[in-house]
Amino acid sequence: MSNLLAAAVLAEDGESNPVLPETAELVVGSIAFVILLLIVAKLFVPKIQATLAERTKAIEGGLAQAEEAQKEAQQTLDQYQAKLKEAQRDATRQAEEAREQGNQIIAQMKEQAQAEARRIIEAAHAQIEADKQQALASLRAEIGALSVELAGRVVGESLEDSARQSRVVDRFLEELEGRAGRQEQITS
Amino acid sequence: MSAPHLLAAGGDEFEAPGLHIFDWGPLFSGGPSWLDWLTKPVLIVILAALALIVFAWRAFGNAQLVPRGVQNVGEVAYLFVRDQVARPMIGKDGDKWMGFLFTTFFFILFLNLSGVVPVLQLPATSHIAFPIVFAAFVYVTMLFLSIKHQGFIGYFKNMMFPPGLPKPLYVILAPIELLSNIILRPFTHSVRLFANMFAGHLLLAFFSTVAWWFLVEKLTPAGAGVGVVGFLMTIIMTGFEIFVQSLQAFIFTLLAASYIGGALHPEH
Repeated sequence: MSNLLAAAVLAEDGESNPVLPETAELVVGSIAFVILLLIVAKLFVPKIQATLAERTKAIEGGLAQAEEAQKEAQQTLDQYQAKLKEAQRDATRQAEEAREQGNQIIAQMKEQAQAEARRIIEAAHAQIEADKQQALASLRAEIGALSVELAGRVVGESLEDSARQSRVVDRFLEELEGRAGRQEQITS
Repeated sequence: MSAPHLLAAGGDEFEAPGLHIFDWGPLFSGGPSWLDWLTKPVLIVILAALALIVFAWRAFGNAQLVPRGVQNVGEVAYLFVRDQVARPMIGKDGDKWMGFLFTTFFFILFLNLSGVVPVLQLPATSHIAFPIVFAAFVYVTMLFLSIKHQGFIGYFKNMMFPPGLPKPLYVILAPIELLSNIILRPFTHSVRLFANMFAGHLLLAFFSTVAWWFLVEKLTPAGAGVGVVGFLMTIIMTGFEIFVQSLQAFIFTLLAASYIGGALHPEH
């Protein structure tokens, strides 16, 4: 194997020309290249090409899937947001309704209370009026009777002198006072 | 151990390595004559081909949707060739040519990098036979596709008489285009790769020989400085060579893709 490490010290026929190809090398080079083309180019390179194409497809598939998932998530989010908005609207509406109802109830109560008060006052007024009428009526009757009585006395005693006259009047007034005092005692 | 062999003259004078460093006899010097074809560059080609098969098998053989281990590296390699070479040069249908381009790129890359792999230390592509093989494959593919997609007449018409130029110009343009597309193209394609690898290897051999000669063989106070420079330059140039080797593999594949793309879409 000594020729692996040392160049041949001049071939017998002198130095070979470096720009002239050697037949053995042409043959071996061609055979080696053809074998490589058959094995590497025809057998192995298509394998990696197929694998790379497959990988591209797999990645594209994954991307499409991810996109779809994202779209779905977006859709769900939109739905939720719409629902939330609706709920908020509902809540506002209900609160408004409640307030309105409350106001209505308060107004109604107020009105009721006022009516009640008016009614009580009117009843009181009517009572007072009735009492007054009654008092007037009884007074009128009494005054009539008294006047008749007084007139009778005056006519009966005949008006002899002024002393008598004044006595009669005084007596009558005393009687009146006494009657009033009795009547007061009765009514009180 | 091997350095003395590099110095062909073996005398007292320093002698820069010459073309003989590319001459490799049969691996088994005393072996049977039917094994004469098995030289070091041939062995490197076989090893590189095996390495590429193993790499492709480990990376793509059982490709998973979720990549693990070698498949990650393989995918980076595949995507690099696809996005930097196939699609920009050929276009949408570039993926159909990925098998060819991937194989070409990595086979040439492995062959180039063998120039800096310890023990191998010879870019197999510095032997012009290999670049010629690859360029010939590309050339035949290009001719076949061009005639298939544009027709025999159409191909030459598109090539030699692109529309939109003043008539007299075609007198000059037509022969130049014919020459560059049909005759020179496979030569420039293969020689570009060969010459870069050839020169790079020569450069590396030169600096390492300088270092070996002045630091080991003939160590003198005056010569030690030169030896150190040679040593450092060997390291620097090794890094530079890795860059050139990768770049040339890339350029070769890029041109191959551009020829194929031109054959498929002559309007561009």
